[in-house]
Amino acid sequence: MRKLAVSAVIIGVFAFYSLMHGRANPASPSAVLPRPTTGSSGTPTATDAGGATNPTATSSTATTGPAYKNGTYVGNVADAQWGYVQVKAVIQGGKIANVQWVQYPSDRQRSVEINSYADSQLTTEAIQAQSAQVDIVTGATDSSIAFMESLGNALSQAQA
Amino acid sequence: MIKETRLLMGMPISVAVEDGGATQDDLESVYAYFVLVDERFSTYQASSEISRINRGELAPEQYSEEMRTVLALSEQTKRDTHGYFDIVRDGRYDPSGIVKGWAVHNAAHLLEARGFRNFYVDAGGDVQVCGKKDGQLWRIGIRNPFNRKEHVKVLLLTDCGVATSGTAVRGQHIYDPHHPSVRLVDVVSITIIGPDVFEADRFATAAFAMGRKGIHFIEELPGFEGYMIDAQARATYTSGFERYVLRP
Repeated sequence: MRKLAVSAVIIGVFAFYSLMHGRANPASPSAVLPRPTTGSSGTPTATDAGGATNPTATSSTATTGPAYKNGTYVGNVADAQWGYVQVKAVIQGGKIANVQWVQYPSDRQRSVEINSYADSQLTTEAIQAQSAQVDIVTGATDSSIAFMESLGNALSQAQA
Repeated sequence: MIKETRLLMGMPISVAVEDGGATQDDLESVYAYFVLVDERFSTYQASSEISRINRGELAPEQYSEEMRTVLALSEQTKRDTHGYFDIVRDGRYDPSGIVKGWAVHNAAHLLEARGFRNFYVDAGGDVQVCGKKDGQLWRIGIRNPFNRKEHVKVLLLTDCGVATSGTAVRGQHIYDPHHPSVRLVDVVSITIIGPDVFEADRFATAAFAMGRKGIHFIEELPGFEGYMIDAQARATYTSGFERYVLRP
């Protein structure tokens, strides 16, 4: 059931992606890009080969769905039009434990607009990275076609 | 704690239950619900009810109850946001701006009905948190849209919803219905804390479509706080926002 659902999503995304980008981008993005410095593209890194589970996120034994092989799988570099993205999937206990960005464009759009909030209760500050551990992350939706392509590629490597 | 992430509706959906006694079966019921929602509301699936409606194959009296609910909530939200939230574009419905938060909200109710009090449901960054984790408030990071490995604020939350709308991954997926040809580039993302994830999600979508006015709209909205990041990597936040922020 789950396998079907995941496959359907990925196949659908691929189909859509090919339709939208096939003609525009005949060259495979991964063929024209340097390999990322972190991880090795296409090579599973068996960080968890013994099937050990994360003690803080113990799931019941996987009785349904695809049994992914434990490890870290780096997806291909995918063209998101506004830049290249690449993700890696961490598989623990046969399931997706985490999805992380390996590559993400960091282009700050330039604008000269100056705004003042002097007449309101609002506060403005420069953003700053925080190092504290978090349980959950909120951000704009991770559902771009390029994201799904790279993740689909990572998961296909993880298929048992 | 039992936790799992699956890819559904084109995004990672995570469910974590802290309460003892939670089983795989509980998680399965939540994921089964998301599959049903996707089958009904996905504009990418030709067989979905929304696609059939957009092709003119269904008369309004043939719509499912869920569809009627979502269309009514969309209409309500359009009124609540001065028309900035609108699921109709080019004569077709795209309810994705409301279905996600609505589905996460319902999934959280499903876990509640199974007796759980300490859990979260996260669909692509739209999050409902309930209760606590090990007696502590849930910690939710606001992702840095310029560097996705970082977060720029850490929120301490319980029994509420958080949602972010932005351009970060999808590109320009939100537009201003009053000026459909104008690209929204100045505001990069806006994160909303609301009474639940449905409320947070729909107002995040609308506030983002308002551009720089969006954060002022949230400031005036009782029970909501917001954190907006612009293209110059500056954040602007509402007057009550700081009380949810972990001091660095």
